[in-house]
Amino acid sequence: MAAVEAKTPNQRAWWLVAPVVLLVAFNAVIPLMTVVNYSVQETFGDNVFFFEGVKWFEQVLHSGRFHQALQRQLLFTGIILAIEVPLGVAIALAMPRRGPWASACLVLMAMPLLIPWNVVGAMWNLLALPDIGLLGRGLNAVGIDYNYTRQPLAAWATLVAMDVWHWTSLVALLAYAGLSAIPDAYYQAAKIDGASGSAVFRYIQLPKMKHVLTIAVLLRFMDSFMIYTEPMVLTGGGPGNATTLLSIDLVKVALGQFDLGPAAAMSLIYFLITLLLSWIYYTVMTKDEGH
Amino acid sequence: MRRVAWLVPALYILFLLVPIYWLLNMSFKNTNEILGSFTLWPREFTLANYRKIFTDPTWYGGYLNSLAYVVMNTVTSVAVALPAAYAFSRYRFLGDKHLFFWLLTNRMAPPAVFALPFFQLYSAIGLFDTRLAVALAHCLFNIPLAVWILEGFMSGVPKELDETAFIDGYPFWRFFVRIFVPTIGSGIGVTAFFCFMFSWVELLLAKTLTAVEAKPIAATMTRTASTSGYELGLLAAAGALTIIPGAVVIYFVRNYIAKGFALGRV
Repeated sequence: MAAVEAKTPNQRAWWLVAPVVLLVAFNAVIPLMTVVNYSVQETFGDNVFFFEGVKWFEQVLHSGRFHQALQRQLLFTGIILAIEVPLGVAIALAMPRRGPWASACLVLMAMPLLIPWNVVGAMWNLLALPDIGLLGRGLNAVGIDYNYTRQPLAAWATLVAMDVWHWTSLVALLAYAGLSAIPDAYYQAAKIDGASGSAVFRYIQLPKMKHVLTIAVLLRFMDSFMIYTEPMVLTGGGPGNATTLLSIDLVKVALGQFDLGPAAAMSLIYFLITLLLSWIYYTVMTKDEGH
Repeated sequence: MRRVAWLVPALYILFLLVPIYWLLNMSFKNTNEILGSFTLWPREFTLANYRKIFTDPTWYGGYLNSLAYVVMNTVTSVAVALPAAYAFSRYRFLGDKHLFFWLLTNRMAPPAVFALPFFQLYSAIGLFDTRLAVALAHCLFNIPLAVWILEGFMSGVPKELDETAFIDGYPFWRFFVRIFVPTIGSGIGVTAFFCFMFSWVELLLAKTLTAVEAKPIAATMTRTASTSGYELGLLAAAGALTIIPGAVVIYFVRNYIAKGFALGRV
């Protein structure tokens, strides 16, 4: 929450937040309790359950399959953050500040954000198919052996390209919003002082963008960590398990094999990892801002 | 250096347009041309794929379902988030900070975690396969988002506005509806945009909670992709049509997007 001037203590404000609490709690608490319930029990069907304690948690934490999915997930998130954040900032810096071109850029760049996620996957599928896709056929035509349904490396490259296509705009729009908030007087002062382009970036633009960039990295981290639909449509987790990220693995266990106990335990561990990493990042980044 | 700077966004936008161009290109071809040849432009230009979507109820019904639950969700999220965001921006009350953080944690919960329990919950209360079920389920991440954005906008409104109104004898709700809500009109627009966006693009929960009656367009597409296999033109046309509502919404809020990102801390 932003630090506004002193807020009035008022316990009746609870009435104002009550509808939100009710609706979100209905959607969050009941399903979460269901998951917790499953995570400590074993079932053989017919709604008969046995208490199993922390057995599933131990099993998941020691399973090689979970470790591999987690490693792939961390690798994927790391790669897309390393590409999207610098690229988004570079685009925002180079964008026109005002006028019709700025509007046109914003509208065009926001487009990928509003396309349903499975359509994004289907679109890249059509683009990358080795026989009939523009990208797949094009790469093979220039002599690069490319088939994302068979080569793990090609599958990864396609997946990363798709995510960069889909989400770099979000970082760019946020960085642009941060840049727009810098008054012209700052630039004029820098010009009078004869500051170089890199000095302007380091001492004026970067500090002003820090807050929105924190949000951008946090959002990209959370969303890439939960990514499911796009890789599911594009590669289905394959070839083999090469692109089976955490969510895909979880859905395979829960809905594919109907192993409710392990799936529930995995869900909770997954959720806690996301929460913990987000919380650490946010605390570190906002520590010296004083709110 | 400044002279070539425009190249960066220009190349990026070009990159953004390539897959969209290819999708449109395929949507105007027939299946034979897609599978049999490789053409950068449809040789036998056809609207058959689009005609099929607009005449077959399972296809256009999917669009209506999606639009219906997205609108229901957006209206609900904004309506309940408005008073809550006001409370967070103006008052201090027991557990306010914890409550705010708890709300945000729901934005961080992977939908895959909730898919199965959601199915059971909505089946148990008899809402499975209704538009209402999807609209309610999407509240999980859209209400926290709406509260977060609106609270940012409201904190930018000086408190003197409220105090003056209360001194003038306005009852709370009249002040809120007649004066305060119109003051943050642009904030409400931006919030509605983001709620629309995240509800429109989500598929996992929408698919889990529907079967026949309320099936979203995106689910119709995935089922077509897996069953009939090679109707790629139809798939491309359906995909191209899902871009339109988003493009319309972006056009209306184009001047607020950047501002909304900054103020709303989305």
